[in-house]
Amino acid sequence: MAWTRKILRVDLSSGSCTSEPLNMEWAQQYLGQRGLATKYFISEVDPKVDPLSSANKLIMTTGPLTGTPASTGGRYSVVTKGALTGAIACSNSGGYFGAELKFAGWDMIIFEGKSAKPVYLAIENDKAELKDAAHLWGKTVWQTEEIIKKSHQDPQTRVCSIGRAGENGVMYACIVNDLHRAAGRSGVGTVMGSKNLKAVAVRGTQGVSILKDAKAFMNAATAAKKVLADNAVTGQGLPTYGTQVLMNVINEMGALPTRNHRDSQFEDARKISAEAMIEKRPSDGKSHLVTNNACFGCTIACGRISKIDETHFSVVNKPEYWGASGGLEYEAAWALGAANGVGDLEALQYANLICNEDGFDPISFGATVGAAMELYELGILTEKQIGMEAPFGSAKALCELAQMTARGEGFGKELGLGSARLCEKYGKPELSMGVKKQEFPAYDSRGIQGMGLAYATSNRGACHLRGYTVASEVLGIPVKTDPLVTTGKADLVKAFQDATAVFDSAGVCVFTTFAWTLADLQPQLDAACEGDWTMEKLAAVGERIWNMERQFNNAAGFTAKDDDLPPRLKTEPVKTGPAKGLVSGIDKMLPEYYQARGWDANGVPSKETLARLGL
Amino acid sequence: MIPQTSWRPISRPRSRRHEPRPGSQVQVTLKLFATLQDYLPPEARKTNALALELDAGTTVQQVIERFGLPQKLCHLVLIDGAFIPPAVRATRPLQTGETLAIWPPIAGG
Repeated sequence: MAWTRKILRVDLSSGSCTSEPLNMEWAQQYLGQRGLATKYFISEVDPKVDPLSSANKLIMTTGPLTGTPASTGGRYSVVTKGALTGAIACSNSGGYFGAELKFAGWDMIIFEGKSAKPVYLAIENDKAELKDAAHLWGKTVWQTEEIIKKSHQDPQTRVCSIGRAGENGVMYACIVNDLHRAAGRSGVGTVMGSKNLKAVAVRGTQGVSILKDAKAFMNAATAAKKVLADNAVTGQGLPTYGTQVLMNVINEMGALPTRNHRDSQFEDARKISAEAMIEKRPSDGKSHLVTNNACFGCTIACGRISKIDETHFSVVNKPEYWGASGGLEYEAAWALGAANGVGDLEALQYANLICNEDGFDPISFGATVGAAMELYELGILTEKQIGMEAPFGSAKALCELAQMTARGEGFGKELGLGSARLCEKYGKPELSMGVKKQEFPAYDSRGIQGMGLAYATSNRGACHLRGYTVASEVLGIPVKTDPLVTTGKADLVKAFQDATAVFDSAGVCVFTTFAWTLADLQPQLDAACEGDWTMEKLAAVGERIWNMERQFNNAAGFTAKDDDLPPRLKTEPVKTGPAKGLVSGIDKMLPEYYQARGWDANGVPSKETLARLGL
Repeated sequence: MIPQTSWRPISRPRSRRHEPRPGSQVQVTLKLFATLQDYLPPEARKTNALALELDAGTTVQQVIERFGLPQKLCHLVLIDGAFIPPAVRATRPLQTGETLAIWPPIAGG
């Protein structure tokens, strides 16, 4: 059955930890992880709730394949109402925490209420208790993990925690596990911090031995691993170059948002690319990249482990940053680099380390710095206000602002608001590059038209991982489509969104979809999970999850007006590259998308659609 | 791996000796990324770019063959950022000023 059939409910207000059975009827309708936890969340939480109030809840959740031998089967997600967005949030992370939670015998943890003082949750198999975290409050993620492991006297303990960003109310704070994997977007760490919950430490020794048909599952998992190994992208491209290989691709295509989307090509893109990461540095003769890295059960191993240049200005006299650590990945490198016009690879890695160390989303942080730099160049923000000169391209400003944001100091407090609130505060809301108050990732909607629609309609605010049409529009996976046209994009976005919802609910990584289709996932789920998991059933699950999330957002107050892009992308044409002269065709695509979804002109699912999906 | 054509790093100024005769040659830039950068001369790998002088009418496919690039690794082929489908590569001649960029199968996100 793959599910452990057990939920841990933690009432932070009273301090109680109780076990309850998983709703297996819902599991058949929503599968697990993103889908199932969202079903629980929506059933228990008022959509109008203030994300930072005690009435909001936060769910850490695994999927049915989490902890199994399925490739990449180590994922877990955090579901809540996002602090940054006010929309449904679901942030997904790799590493080892998710599998350990499953090994301890839990499908999910539901946190409710608010603790009167800082606490952390300690789980050892069936035993769960809240412990005092006064000694952890004010510590970084890295310190917290080390202290907990030492105090538990078990290095196998897996920890997820918030850093100072989550404590200080940075609106895009993450929950970081295994030092540099993160449930990164939408401010799920901010919600955790608002509950005075510092960390979760888990140790599980029970394994996952409850598969419906173990032999059939192992055969299916082995066959699916072969698909990944034989595929040129997942078998060679991603492990060798990681996601960062996209930097030059997207730049050549003229779709690399640069200097807060003023430009779409970055003259220094190569300096911050995967190719640059493997070059020998003049300073020490070593390459930035040390090795690749895999999460639990992963046979792709796309992760980057790098060592910063010890002579770089950002880390001189800071040996604590000289060791090998996570990064750079493409989205972070873009947001900290091109989005600000910063072409200094080592500076980007330093800022990335700070984001990991103190737990905040490098995409939202980098993009917010980009907005601040534009406000500075317009004369709206001054050197005195920021505390330094902050023109586009300033690596020094990027590094200092990362530190200030982590510590909640000076202008760092304002950067912690995110670009939407920052730009609103200074009278230029149109300069925030995002949707539903969440910043765009690394693709310009004018040069990759489908991504504009994916951003606009993403249920958690601007996001590339809800419907990654870049796979089709740029990389030709599964088929090549023209990135410069709007035709066909409504159906393409819907297909990607629904399929991704299934992968996000299964316990595996969405990067498998560069090689797998639902047809590769289905035999694994059908062998592992109780019930008949046909392709048709999985397709319905994906669409059901998407519509359920949409219903929550609609009830929370979002309307069709929120499914929109900033005016810059609709009125300022691309200046260079193959998309030169283009603006986003979002206004044409959106009605087509609503129609494809079976929603009315206001973006509300019709009664027929809801009935068809059993909602 | 050094191709049977004239080449130089993109940053090096052109010499008068290599100036093409009008109408007979085209000047283009070839960019090879990821594992394909190994097919560039060492000094060109720092920029991933190489200036080429080709006979007029030279196609994308002919450049791929001249550099010995394995066909299965020529996955993403762009001219000035625009995708060139496999079926067109044998008939698409390069024009002066164009940039031909090629990647093996890759992905990210």
